[in-house]
Amino acid sequence: MSDIVIAGIGQTSVGEHWDLSLRELAHHAIQAALQDAGELQPQALYVGNMLAPILSRQAHLGALLADFSGLKEIETATLEASGASGGAALRQGYLAIASGFVQTALVVGVEKFTDSIGAETESALATATDSDFEAVQGLTPTAQAALLMRRYMYEFDVPSDGFAGFALSAHAHAVGNLNAIYQKAIKLETYQKAEMVSEPLNMFDIAPMADGAAAVLLTRSDLLPPHFSHPLIRIAGSASTTDSLSIHDRQDILQFQAAGLASSKALQQARIQLDDISLFEYFDAYSIYAALSLEACGLAERGQGWKFARDGFPLPCATLGGLKARGNPGGATGVYQAVEAALQLRGTAGANQIPAARYALIQSLGGPASTAVSHVLERIN
Amino acid sequence: MTEPVSHTLLKPTHPVGFVGYGAYVPRFRLPAREVARIWTGGMGGLPIKEKAVPGMDEDVVTMSIEAARNAMARARVDPAEIRAVWVGSESHPYAVKPTSTIVAETIGAVPNTQAADWEFACKAGTEAVVAAMGLVGSKMAHYAMAIGMDTAQGKPGDALEYTAGAGGAAYLIGPADESLAIIQSSYSYVTDTPDFWRREYQRYPEHGQRFTGEPAYFKHINAAARAMMEANGTTPADYKWAVFHQPNTKFPQRVASMLGFSKEQIEPGLLVQVIGNTYAGAAMIGLTSILDIAEPGDRILMVSFGSGAGSDAFDLLVTDKLPERRMSAPLTRDYIARRTEIDYATYARTRGILAMR
Repeated sequence: MSDIVIAGIGQTSVGEHWDLSLRELAHHAIQAALQDAGELQPQALYVGNMLAPILSRQAHLGALLADFSGLKEIETATLEASGASGGAALRQGYLAIASGFVQTALVVGVEKFTDSIGAETESALATATDSDFEAVQGLTPTAQAALLMRRYMYEFDVPSDGFAGFALSAHAHAVGNLNAIYQKAIKLETYQKAEMVSEPLNMFDIAPMADGAAAVLLTRSDLLPPHFSHPLIRIAGSASTTDSLSIHDRQDILQFQAAGLASSKALQQARIQLDDISLFEYFDAYSIYAALSLEACGLAERGQGWKFARDGFPLPCATLGGLKARGNPGGATGVYQAVEAALQLRGTAGANQIPAARYALIQSLGGPASTAVSHVLERIN
Repeated sequence: MTEPVSHTLLKPTHPVGFVGYGAYVPRFRLPAREVARIWTGGMGGLPIKEKAVPGMDEDVVTMSIEAARNAMARARVDPAEIRAVWVGSESHPYAVKPTSTIVAETIGAVPNTQAADWEFACKAGTEAVVAAMGLVGSKMAHYAMAIGMDTAQGKPGDALEYTAGAGGAAYLIGPADESLAIIQSSYSYVTDTPDFWRREYQRYPEHGQRFTGEPAYFKHINAAARAMMEANGTTPADYKWAVFHQPNTKFPQRVASMLGFSKEQIEPGLLVQVIGNTYAGAAMIGLTSILDIAEPGDRILMVSFGSGAGSDAFDLLVTDKLPERRMSAPLTRDYIARRTEIDYATYARTRGILAMR
């Protein structure tokens, strides 16, 4: 079978889009991806979204977005896996084409956070934890990440500003990314002086939740139009795995098992080693997640992930700002990662272009890696 | 066929101005660090230094009376000649029964008068000024009183609790040739923007957090100020002083710099850091502080902002009558200097935050 390739990419900026509705955001990204691809028309639309039924009182996004984007009659469905929703939608598109039943699939991730505020948003986010055992106790994802980080700092003797490097590098990478919510580098002192949100997580340990939509058009390489002008990028590996939903059901809360498994399966399918990867778009919704992801994927020893942020990364991560500086568009994140990796592999990433990038590993997480979706993208010409 | 005429700039047929002005700030001060001590363990940035808190026997009625009396002391006119007393506030003591009738009675403006309470979040007071311009500018009335006054409510623990202050100002609008400052023109910019609200029976207002910034405060003040300056052919350099609605210290400083006003131009009217956000009173009391030091010939820009949302911009010119009148009532800085610091517990008691049953 021929390769499954990314024919088109599109994204909106991540930010406070008070003047755009959920459907308009998605439409902008869809139009951009279709235009980028040229003449291809999808037979299926897969939507990655996390909270629209609660925050926008809108379910049934597939029909809504297909209709609004003039794609009526095509097959659609929404994929929800918390922060990994976008990754899950991307994998669904990949599986649909791999199955042979679909030739061209559109994948869109969309999230509209900023129409709700405060406790309403926090309660909505908490629905992604174990409702009976975690949310009922008042645990929010941020509080949960704080518990993990506190334990990590205790176990591995991490100083109070030990995680600063994650935010510093993310912000530095977002300079020049016009779609990032923060396009400005920050100083160590800024991190050190930042307000605590949920101790030990300070403001810069937490990615800002904001509105955004990203889309990719997937197809088979033999179906590309004759004048297709972009460098060709294929999905070389795709994997999705799960762990226990709640952290109290884990033997070791400082091990993101699903993240490690998803990445090794995707790498295995791509027939490459970690050393072959040119960049890693990890899921830095919280700086502790970034450290644990590096360790889970084998890029750092247990308890050492934070040192990469301090001493320099083993390979480029969060190359266009990651969730921390590009912004955290919830269930759209996995698709943003695919768009950004495609920009890097095409050589059109701008100010923070990774030279001669061939393989990109992208990974989105639902909760503390309760779901992990990894993809390996490869430039093939 | 008639030429299309733009009527966006408000200029009365007969020129009007402020014949008198008066401020009022209650004595008590709650430092922002006290709010932080209770709610954040002392952590986090503080939006102001401290806010003014009304005493147990003070409300918008008593405070409006204080300011109105100060305005009348400077105006030196017969109160029987007043044809309207209008009070703009978010904290009228009664839901039904006017604040303004009590104020009118107290200053001797009854019974041949209009009296009404105005509501437009933080620009209710300047809305009353514009209405008074119409009443006086048409010569239906010789004088009209417009007051902006609040004892603002901030939900305990909310960001607004740091800043929700108390105070305001009263202005007597009358003919320009009797005025201490002439209102050369006014312009209002209004849209449906739900950034801050309090529904009936709710005790505390709610707000859209960051939505209160760019699409609300900054958009409306910028638009009102720019439209008025463009219509008048002026630039920030033409104004000696400027005062903007001030919900915290940063917003007015930023909007001033966006419009091209210097720190020096806004400094005398920037009071929020020491009295808090006085809501309907905020821009109006800032202006009293400028009038306390302004010289004849000084041009002043005032722009209010009310959530919901809108801004009123005013182009003012100080006359030679101001210097000899300003000492006829307490200066705004005297009220600010009259200061008794209280702790959070006293604040909770005086503001009725403690549930007694």
